[in-house]
Amino acid sequence: MPLASFSGAIEFIFSSQESNVTGGKEVGGFDKSLELLIGHIEVTVLALAIALIVALPLGLYLGHIGKGELFAVGIGNAGRAIPELAVIALVATLIGIGMRNVAPALAVLGIAPILVNTYVGVRQVDSAVVDAARGMGMSEMKIIRKVELPLAIPTVMGGIRGAAIVVVATATIAPLAGVETLGDFILNRNVYGENGLLAGAILVALLALTIEGLLALLQRRLTSDGLKLKTV
Amino acid sequence: MRTDKTRWRALLAALAALSLALGIAACGSDSSSSTGSETSEGGASGSAIQSNPENAKVSLTIGSKNFPEQEILGEIYAQALTAAGYKVKSALNLGSETVALKAVKTGQISGYPEYASTALTSFFGLEPEEVPSSGTEAWEKANQEFEKEGLQAFEPTPFASANAVGTTTATAKKYGLKTVSDLEGVSEKLSLYGSPECRQRIDCLAGLEKLYGLKFKSFTPVDIGLRYTVLEKGQADLSILFTTDPQLSAEKDKFVILEDDKEVFPAGNVIFVTKKSVAEKAGPDYEKTILQVQEGLDLKVVQELDARVELEKETPKQAATAYLESAGYVK
Amino acid sequence: MGSPLLLAAAGEVGGDFFRERSSGTLPCQANEAHLFCWDWARENLDRYGTPTVQHLEIVLISVLVGFAIAFALALIAHRTRWLQPPLLTATGVLYTIPSIAFFFLLLPVTGFGRDTAIIVLSAYTLQIIYRNTMLGLNNVPDSAKDAARGMGFTERQVLWKVELPLAVPEIIAGLRVATASTIAIATLVVLISAGGLGTEMYGSNFNFPTAIIIAAAIIGLMVLAFDLLFLTAQRLMTPWRKARPT
Repeated sequence: MPLASFSGAIEFIFSSQESNVTGGKEVGGFDKSLELLIGHIEVTVLALAIALIVALPLGLYLGHIGKGELFAVGIGNAGRAIPELAVIALVATLIGIGMRNVAPALAVLGIAPILVNTYVGVRQVDSAVVDAARGMGMSEMKIIRKVELPLAIPTVMGGIRGAAIVVVATATIAPLAGVETLGDFILNRNVYGENGLLAGAILVALLALTIEGLLALLQRRLTSDGLKLKTV
Repeated sequence: MRTDKTRWRALLAALAALSLALGIAACGSDSSSSTGSETSEGGASGSAIQSNPENAKVSLTIGSKNFPEQEILGEIYAQALTAAGYKVKSALNLGSETVALKAVKTGQISGYPEYASTALTSFFGLEPEEVPSSGTEAWEKANQEFEKEGLQAFEPTPFASANAVGTTTATAKKYGLKTVSDLEGVSEKLSLYGSPECRQRIDCLAGLEKLYGLKFKSFTPVDIGLRYTVLEKGQADLSILFTTDPQLSAEKDKFVILEDDKEVFPAGNVIFVTKKSVAEKAGPDYEKTILQVQEGLDLKVVQELDARVELEKETPKQAATAYLESAGYVK
Repeated sequence: MGSPLLLAAAGEVGGDFFRERSSGTLPCQANEAHLFCWDWARENLDRYGTPTVQHLEIVLISVLVGFAIAFALALIAHRTRWLQPPLLTATGVLYTIPSIAFFFLLLPVTGFGRDTAIIVLSAYTLQIIYRNTMLGLNNVPDSAKDAARGMGFTERQVLWKVELPLAVPEIIAGLRVATASTIAIATLVVLISAGGLGTEMYGSNFNFPTAIIIAAAIIGLMVLAFDLLFLTAQRLMTPWRKARPT
């Protein structure tokens, strides 16, 4: 029985189907799936960009000067405990709906893992290496860029990957706040039927795995060879 | 080795304390008053529901769709049936109509309240204009179709509800809008907000486009709960509202609905949908109690109930209990 | 409430059933999206009891199940080295799939309700608990193990009396993170009719910040409470080291 449902869902993604409530118009199909997929990607990319712009420099700076551990770790812990549904509902009611309000809200969720991981990654850089670089006459900015950041890449990327997961997940309920994403298929079972529901879930899962894979590849490319020899 | 043991004992003690706290919380948490199945006194309050010990053998699960008015109705029926002596569970907030119907067919729930108009358009393929405006006719038609599938719909409630295109009184004045047809030529400048599924529903945006020939500047999906917030904040020019909304009477100086002259939004009385086999097994009190308890549900009462939940943010359970007690169905 | 006994008609509500409402007199929670209504909060706090208990139940069961599985997997992988990368990847994949998608993917198999919720939430905890347990075990200094072996411990005893106790801080760190995320994600199970605190953030409360904020605050308190519980447990179980910040 479950297998049949999955094949029905795959069909839904590619060809439109009948629906009871639309008065004869068909729903689903490739165009709609693509449209919602693009919407999902748009808000995810926008939210991650904002999160990176905010959290990455802050994490690098704090990690470099070695202050603010309580702050960074605290934000990291707090961020993990934020319920996504509350974020969407509060944004929609208090601030507004649509991409330009939802993307920053999703960004807030992504800031926590990026901030704490960047901070920890930089702190874990061997101080001997940093001292050596200082000894060579490097400016502080250069040290961050050329020494600390490259060495912290694995941890930093771990944070970015974590942020991506939570953003993609929350973007699924963004249709409640006026942003059309793949969550549309999932939330509107009435219109899209069981097939649509499964199709939405499958597409979101595939999107998340793809983004994770791409980020993993990126991490591998950015990690210097010396680091790659360390496991995990 | 000994210190190992004391450490583990301390951990176990902590876990035990946590479980104890959980237990206490669980016992004290059921704060909502459950309506007891008391028998009525004599004949003075003839409208009170009588508890029938026969019914204790029957377990029922009452479902509802996923918006407040539905949850209130579900609670009313559930509490009434409990008063009649049944063992009742509730499974409210299931989703929209196809989900709820499936739940009845698969036996996940015993029954749920549906709008006759929605049943006719969504389940049985009628065009919105074909839905009979008489509540009794609509019910009969729906019942005919339901019977073909082994289902049954009980007689309708006094009140009916429908979707509606609504706006602020300011906007209505500005464009001279009294009916939906007045939107012709104007709608291209106006944004419409509705539930996510409204876009494709024939009794919502799709119907407006098809039967009124209207094109809107934009359609934005939002959760049903925000339908007045978006008007209030000026984000939406038009919003899909319900004719039973409490805001329409409590804030009638702010919001107004446009008359549906082409009948794209058929009004539906509520009919309780259940499986024939379930009704038979449950005995005559099943239908009797439901019909009895919905007699008091006219438009004003339903708006009051909706108001308590949507404006004062009470729980559907509280509103249902207040209704049942005030009308004397339950002590 | 009215005097129903005096009403002649069958089942009509008492006259005082209807409340006066007008634009000027609407309570703070209607439409205006006030940030927080203290009155409503005071009067309605008790209705959070049941959802909180539901939420706790789901979280506890999920974390326990997730821990049992992940811990067992880690012990197996500790012996069978080549299993470590694939298990890490497998638990990682489960973690990457967004929770909502996961809930609905399981629908055809396990349907709506608590069971599906628990399966998904447990799957979510696997990666962090597994990874942290592995990390903890792998970081045990060889000298400690050799010393134990030298004293005549069997491999089994080395594991249970040396390696695991030394790995406790990492394991508990993993449990803390897993529990915190589970508490947050469990708010979504309202979408599959499994109850929990998400019920106070959805439906008629979606446009009502007060109810949402209270629910979120309870979530926060829960996370803090479990954090403290775990920290205390860690301190009790490893008296030989000071608890580290994270």
